[in-house]
This record gives sequence, C-alpha cells and structure tokens, in this order.
Amino acid sequence: MHLTNLQTFFIILVIALGTMATRFIPFLLFPDGKKYPKIIDYLGKVLPPAMMGLLVVYCFKNVSFISGNHGLPEILAALITVALHLWRKNVLLSICGATAAYMILIRFLPI
Amino acid sequence: MNKKTEIKKAFRAAFPNTVPILTGFLVLGMAYGVLMEVKGYGTLWSVLMSIMAFCGSMQFVAITLLTTAFNPIQAFLLSLMVNARHLFYGISMLNKFKGLGKIKYFLIFTLCDETFSIESSVNVPDNINRKYFYFAVSLLDYLYWITGTLIGSIAGKFISFDTNGLDFALTALFIVLFIEQIKSKDKIFPGAIGFISAAAALLLFNADNFVIPAMVLIMAILLIKNFADKKYSSHPRTSEHLK
Repeated sequence: MHLTNLQTFFIILVIALGTMATRFIPFLLFPDGKKYPKIIDYLGKVLPPAMMGLLVVYCFKNVSFISGNHGLPEILAALITVALHLWRKNVLLSICGATAAYMILIRFLPI
Repeated sequence: MNKKTEIKKAFRAAFPNTVPILTGFLVLGMAYGVLMEVKGYGTLWSVLMSIMAFCGSMQFVAITLLTTAFNPIQAFLLSLMVNARHLFYGISMLNKFKGLGKIKYFLIFTLCDETFSIESSVNVPDNINRKYFYFAVSLLDYLYWITGTLIGSIAGKFISFDTNGLDFALTALFIVLFIEQIKSKDKIFPGAIGFISAAAALLLFNADNFVIPAMVLIMAILLIKNFADKKYSSHPRTSEHLK
C-alpha cells in the first residue's frame, strides 16, 4: 500500500466525480422541460444500437486473434450466441447456452 | 393499484432481465474485490469504491492509480476518458428518463454499460410502471456489483470454484441485445456503424485507447448521414415517407 488513507479516499472521490461527470453532463445540458435541438432527438434514437455495436466489440478488445488460440473460443461462443438467439429468440436461453458453451470451449478446446 | 404493489410488480418484471448481469457482476465484482485485497486494500476500500464510483472497468484501472504516486488530476482525467461512453448513454436516455422525478437522479448515478443495454433495449410491459421498472433494473445491477465486491474481498481467497469464463454472460448479453436493437429496419444502419467504427478503431488504436476514437467516428458518420438524409428529403412531397 503506497498512499495514505486520506490520499486513497481522495483518489476514490476524484474517480467517482469524473465518472459522475460523464453520467450527468447530458442531463445537465438538456434538463426536463427544456426544449432541445432536433439533432439530440435523432441521436437519442440512433445511438443505442450504435453503442450496443461498440459494446460487443469492447468485449473482444483483449482477445488476441493472431496468437494463442486465435480467439477461437470467443468467436465460436459469439456465433453460438447469435445462432441460439435467432433460433429460439429467448434472451436468457441464448445467454446461458452461450456462457456454458464458452466455459466448455476454453477448457477443452485444443490450442 | 397502490405504490407498494406497483414497485413489487416492477421488480418481478425487471429481475429476469438482470439475471445475466447478476452472473457477470458477481464474478467480476468478486475478481475486483480479490485484486484489491491482494494489493493491500481491504473490504472497506473496495466496497467504498464500488458504492461511490460504480464504474466496472475503471475500477480495475483505478487499482494502478492507488498503487503509484498520488496524482488526483491524472485520476480525474483518466476516469473522464475511460467513462466517456456514458455521455452517449445519457443522450440516449434523455427521453426515457424524462419526468421520472427524483428517481431520475439515481438512474443517472447508476447508469453503466449493462444497465444502459437493458433499459435502452427492453420494452417495458404495458401493465408495469416504467419508472419503477427502470429503478428496479438500476438498483439490482448496482447491488449485484457491490455484493460481488463484498464477497470477493471477504471470501475470495477461500472460493475454489472455477468461475473462469462465467463473465462471458455479459458478452452474450450485449450480443443478444445488439440483435434485439437492430431488429427494426431503421436501426440496422446505426448498429452497423457502431460495430464497424469500433472494430476499425480497435485495429488502429490499442485496446485501452480505442473507445474515444470509435465514439468520434460513430458521431461523425451518424451526423453526416442525418445531414445527407435531410438534404435528400428536402423536397416537401418526399420528406414525409423518408422520415
């Protein structure tokens, strides 16, 4: 442990403040009742699917596709997720099935 | 219907949606608690961090900030950058959180990747109060993370169950909700833009620095698309059905 208690608390506080700034800024800029530009309405509609796309990529950011097992377990499990979901259209089933498949793959897939 | 039964109903409707997050957050929260413990920070510190900041990946980054020289300005800027994606979540939720009273502040306070993905993708059932449904999802996710941290920092060393890979539940959640999001025709384009921009940014930048370039790219393409659509549809007779 390198920091004093007070310093540690201060770092935690500062991180919380930074994080909260990113969460609250849009709502402070466009509070209830205030009419905001049309472009914000448009962004509110298109950003959710765009950000879900980003989040999917985000989950694979530390997977190495050129070394080790070339991200094969991740790719296979992702494909299983998509296939299961298109087939049964049951959110929980897709997620449970894919997670189980992934856990099996990383244990038994020969590299 | 009185308020209490309304809240109960909302929690019952919200809970199944949060099960993947329960799984992922317990595992990752525990991993975080264990890691903090290893670095010499006990239960109090890790739980305090989870309660105050509740910011998943940034909390892991923060461990390095706690074990080097004291530099609060760097910590602040880093948490702004790592969490910049929340800005887009906020813009997305402006309409949905409108007029929800005091609960709105709690919803903003706890707006994370996973909560956003549920609240922006799932259609709240007609007989459920929207406000309480969002509150239930947000509160449950928040508690899962804090509980995970708590368990990890207290009992992490004694748990020998091999949980490796269990956090794929969150990846699968995002994939499934991505599919759900792009089901409606007009969402396919922005969805593809998000995915492709992020993938391109990840190739060009490294894993720790790609989110902000990806966000800039997404924003630029979406704005250009909007501008082009408007120009194209400026003819009064065609503007109606192109919207």
